[in-house]
Amino acid sequence: MPLLKDGKLIEDPWTHIPDEVAVPASGPVIVGLKRWREERDSLCKRKDPVGVRLKSNHTAGDVADDLEHLGVVALAFPAFTDGRAYTNARRLRERYGYKGEIRAIGDALRDQYLFMQRCGFDALEVRENETEKNWQEATNAITVYYQPAADGGKTALQRRHPPAA
Amino acid sequence: MYHYDELDQRLVDERVEQFRDQVTRRIAGEITEDEFKPLRLMNGLYLQLHAYMLRIGIPYGVLSSVQLRKLAHIARTYDRGYGHFTTRQCLQLNWPKLEEAPHILAELAEVQMHAIQTSGNSFRNITADQYAGVAANEIEDSRIWAEIIRQWSLLHPEFSFLPRKFKIAVTGSPRDRTAVKFHDIGIVIRKNEKGEVGFEILVGGGMGRTPMIGQTIRAFLPKKHLLSYLEALLRIYNLMGRRDNKYKARIKILVFELGIEELQKLVEDEWNQIKDGPLALPQDEIDRISNQFAPPQWKKPQAARLGAEVQRLKNPAFADWVNVNVTGHKQPGYAIVNLSLKTLDAPPGDVTAEQMDGIADLAERYSLGETRATHEQNLVFAYVQEADLYQLWRALDELGLATPNVGLISDIICCPGLDYCALASARSIPVAERISRRFRDLRRQNDIGGLKLKISGCVNACGHHHAGHIGILGVDRQGEEFYQITLGGSADENASIGKIIGPAFSSEDVVEAVETIVNTYVDIREEGEAFLDTYRRVGEEPFKERLYPELTDAAA
Ligand code: SF4
Repeated sequence: MPLLKDGKLIEDPWTHIPDEVAVPASGPVIVGLKRWREERDSLCKRKDPVGVRLKSNHTAGDVADDLEHLGVVALAFPAFTDGRAYTNARRLRERYGYKGEIRAIGDALRDQYLFMQRCGFDALEVRENETEKNWQEATNAITVYYQPAADGGKTALQRRHPPAA
Repeated sequence: MYHYDELDQRLVDERVEQFRDQVTRRIAGEITEDEFKPLRLMNGLYLQLHAYMLRIGIPYGVLSSVQLRKLAHIARTYDRGYGHFTTRQCLQLNWPKLEEAPHILAELAEVQMHAIQTSGNSFRNITADQYAGVAANEIEDSRIWAEIIRQWSLLHPEFSFLPRKFKIAVTGSPRDRTAVKFHDIGIVIRKNEKGEVGFEILVGGGMGRTPMIGQTIRAFLPKKHLLSYLEALLRIYNLMGRRDNKYKARIKILVFELGIEELQKLVEDEWNQIKDGPLALPQDEIDRISNQFAPPQWKKPQAARLGAEVQRLKNPAFADWVNVNVTGHKQPGYAIVNLSLKTLDAPPGDVTAEQMDGIADLAERYSLGETRATHEQNLVFAYVQEADLYQLWRALDELGLATPNVGLISDIICCPGLDYCALASARSIPVAERISRRFRDLRRQNDIGGLKLKISGCVNACGHHHAGHIGILGVDRQGEEFYQITLGGSADENASIGKIIGPAFSSEDVVEAVETIVNTYVDIREEGEAFLDTYRRVGEEPFKERLYPELTDAAA
């Protein structure tokens, strides 16, 4: 599956390892939360990086203490209408200061890319036919924000009342 | 009123272009109806029984005459020449065409309006007191805070896909006119012991199939923390609100399942982490917005005021209208005028394009060019000089908008029901019409006094029947329309949920049942006692006995 990372379509360097499949000896892998918890030590000893997949009913707090070991936190959208991952992404960035990749997996509408970007997602697994142009158009469609969020984008309020220089 | 600055305007313009592109893609077949549906819903475009329906947001119900004329123009050009005011102070058009929807939104943007988030599982139109800024005992103008919340809640990146829709109301008066306790979040402007103005925050009220009254989650919140507190509360709801069952997804169910104390604890924890962050409201911004709602230059009461007094003595129809539709104003020499949209000629809340134009003209002449929509589906002129009342009454009468029934039994809240709505179980508009005809005698209505009758066409309760002194709910019994009656609901500061009085009535019998209820009340009321007070004093028994003599006889 192609990956849109920072707006660029790239070959995904990471491999999702389903829960019932053994973790390969090398290569960056993304594993489920349960496995991460059970095999944390051995996963940390691998020389290639590891990431964790969270379901939408997990919370950012579930991995808060592990973030230094994680190259990716992948947040699931089981349906585009399930908005829990937005909160989890913001908490990862804003509360826990996570700097690694936050990627969206699952069902997404193009018109949600901007919300994702604002909440701290920097990567997105997309369908074969998705294009960089679509990402760009979607994230530039609206340029005024009322809410402070994880991207640090200037809000309408900050533009109206610039801090005294 | 609030005027967009360049940023507000740009957002709405950009949104129009985005939607235009989506509609073009849909018409060209590049996206399927399934993919398009969430996009159109996010712009207020529903597919109803017979056609599309566009719901236009009117923030806290306030319209300038320029905006109202635009709505008239849109209704005439793109629809069938009328619009329908809803219980969220919005306006619905019942017959727009898909390919024209982007033009409509572009026209709306020209007058600082839009239809964003009038649908979908996010914040709906923020409502406020229709008497804001002019009510005599008001603590502070609720429009200021509704506007601040409007901006924060528009296209919120984190909360655009909540478990379910989310409704917020703000009231600044001890006397609640917003049904604040029936909102997901109700905000009541209050003074604390130190005399500081802030907010009481209520949560978990709602109608629908599980009606609940909002509970206090915070007794006093300082002004500058309003948005951070709301953000904390919404964050807990976004994470914990149920998503497995649409009927259990509103925040009221979360409040019920967790308990208010537990929810309060979770919210406080979250809030403590973010309250001093960028959501803390700077005083400059509060001032910038407050200034736009500053009171006008009041004029001295004119001697001509006496003229109105004289007319009142001479002209009983005018006197009736003044007594019923006109309310006291905080400013001497001024009055608040209610325009009734409950006439015998049209469904409750409907206005024609000609009436909209006429109202816009009158607002300019008599009320500083501003009209307000109420959640009870009427309109308000908030700045009328008493000296002008007689002229205004005559002009309203010509437009068919001077029916003196505001707050009386024929001032019915009514949802669109089976005449329009795809979810309906039964028709509601014809029932409202038949009840209004039955009680058309104004003297009788006045004798009955204040009585709120509310009708919903299905359990979703858009017609607020749970909060009606008399509530009527349409149900479907093997393809036949039946109506269940509840008594004792109330949407004011002493909110209560109506109780089902007994078996449902057929469409044929429901008006007679209302008649029986009203007659029972008239027979047993004490001197000067309003319907709701009588009901609260005597309970349901006397009404039951008269409504279901067979049942009560058998039990005896
Ligand atoms: S109460 Fe039911 S019938 Fe009436 S508008 Fe709402 S969903 Fe439709």
